[in-house]
Amino acid sequence: MQIYLPIAEISVNVFWLLGLGGLIGFLSGMFGVGGGFLMTPALIFIGVPAPVAVGTEANQIVASSVSGVLAHWRRGNVDFKMGFVLLLGGLLGSTAGVALFALLQQIGQIDLVIRLCYVVFLGIIGGLMLIEGVNALRRRQNPAAERRKLHQHTWIHGLPLKTRFRRSRLYISALLPIGVGFLVGVLAAIMGVGGGFIMVPAMIYLLGMPTAVVVGTSLFQIIFVTANVTILQATANQTVDVVLALMLLSGAVIGAQLGARVGTRLHGEQLRILLALMVLMVCAKLVYDLTIDPADIYSIGTIG
Amino acid sequence: MSSRPNALVLLLAVVFGPLPAAANCVLDISDHQIPITTGFAGRDVLLFGTVEGPSDVVVTLRGPRTEVVMFRKAQMLGIWVNADRMPFKKTPSFFAMASSRPIEEIASDSERKLHQLGAEYLVDLPRARGSPGVRETWKQALLRNMADQGLYPSSVQNVTFLGQSLFRTRLTLPSNVPTGEYQASAFCLVDGKVQSAWTIPLFVEKVGVEAEIFDFAHNYSLLYGLIAVLLALMAGWMAHLAFGRS
Repeated sequence: MQIYLPIAEISVNVFWLLGLGGLIGFLSGMFGVGGGFLMTPALIFIGVPAPVAVGTEANQIVASSVSGVLAHWRRGNVDFKMGFVLLLGGLLGSTAGVALFALLQQIGQIDLVIRLCYVVFLGIIGGLMLIEGVNALRRRQNPAAERRKLHQHTWIHGLPLKTRFRRSRLYISALLPIGVGFLVGVLAAIMGVGGGFIMVPAMIYLLGMPTAVVVGTSLFQIIFVTANVTILQATANQTVDVVLALMLLSGAVIGAQLGARVGTRLHGEQLRILLALMVLMVCAKLVYDLTIDPADIYSIGTIG
Repeated sequence: MSSRPNALVLLLAVVFGPLPAAANCVLDISDHQIPITTGFAGRDVLLFGTVEGPSDVVVTLRGPRTEVVMFRKAQMLGIWVNADRMPFKKTPSFFAMASSRPIEEIASDSERKLHQLGAEYLVDLPRARGSPGVRETWKQALLRNMADQGLYPSSVQNVTFLGQSLFRTRLTLPSNVPTGEYQASAFCLVDGKVQSAWTIPLFVEKVGVEAEIFDFAHNYSLLYGLIAVLLALMAGWMAHLAFGRS
């Protein structure tokens, strides 16, 4: 059964979309990741224009973050004060990101920038995860290995605007979370991701937040950042396809539940290595597409 | 040439306005409106008409003129990037043609150019900088890319005659057909010269829910964005209610 997507302006099979949503939802549930950084490239691969993939995926992430954050809220794992400070940076960053997006679209480079961002970030994240996973696997077989120090004092702790974050048991400069929020906001706008895969490591290693509140707090601010991206993309670039978003999220909701159940039965390290390999594969495919000689060096940018 | 209008011509004249000056050829189309609906996967349109006396017939279907921007890629650090752009103003978004004999046998190059019988005569050289050769390369690239996308079908369809004066042909609108007001034209040629022409409009429009969503997204974009977010919030909450409590 074909469905015509009104904003993407292509015909796609409904079951394909539900299946894709389900598959990515399953992976995100299994690995405990947002899934945006897998879904957006997947949409590009099936022929959705890259700008529409990005705008629509932001919309879908609003939904998946809401259901995620509610679960964490009930367990008290959301640091709202930290969330709001991150959000301040996130709103500024995502607004700047959408403006940058519109500019890049105008000069015909948005496709390239989206793809390059994915190559860089998927490459880094996949590489790091693979190394971490392999190391962890080795450590498990050889438990005598050293443990890393979690909290270190650096120049970062000398910044002004020191603020106390009670829930995270931190006393740090507010500029730090604002900066992290801003950076992730820009990426959310350009890449169509929630940015959890950058936010979470940044919160743990850069801000030094306790792991328990990291995911909930990250999800909390992602809701507002991706909502902001959705509204701005809709007004500035008209690249949000509601029909596509609804199709994807219906599949993703169910997939995520199944994935979470399977995920609890597998070992963390093996999961991480598996995810890392998948991320690197997506990255390799993007690099391949960027570097092979095009069939025609001329192409149509826009009609109308 | 004088001609006595028959009933069909009169009917068409009422529907489509005054007769052209030398109206010895008449064209009509099976559907004057092509709706693009949820399941739209391209569509054939039947064009038919009459011509007085023995002549050749060329039928064209031309989409609305719009700006088309072309890009040229170049390799930078191993990556192919869009290095150069060239806008083409007022370029037909669609062009298809049919003729009763191979078009080269019917009309000379200059005659085809005069009456724009062919996509290459409809697309102007870009106005921008560059030598005529470079601009011609851009134009050829545009024609080639539009053909690849099925928007300028490169094959010329046959116009078939039923008896002396009735002719018909079939042109295909692909699934990615641009929307807007099209013009279907019939030209009749005698001895390589266009004797008369007849043009009728054809409307390609999005209809139904997707048309409304598209219009809404463009005309009320802020409201559209807010609704999109609201839908997502509700979907997320419902997912939590359905599964989150376990």
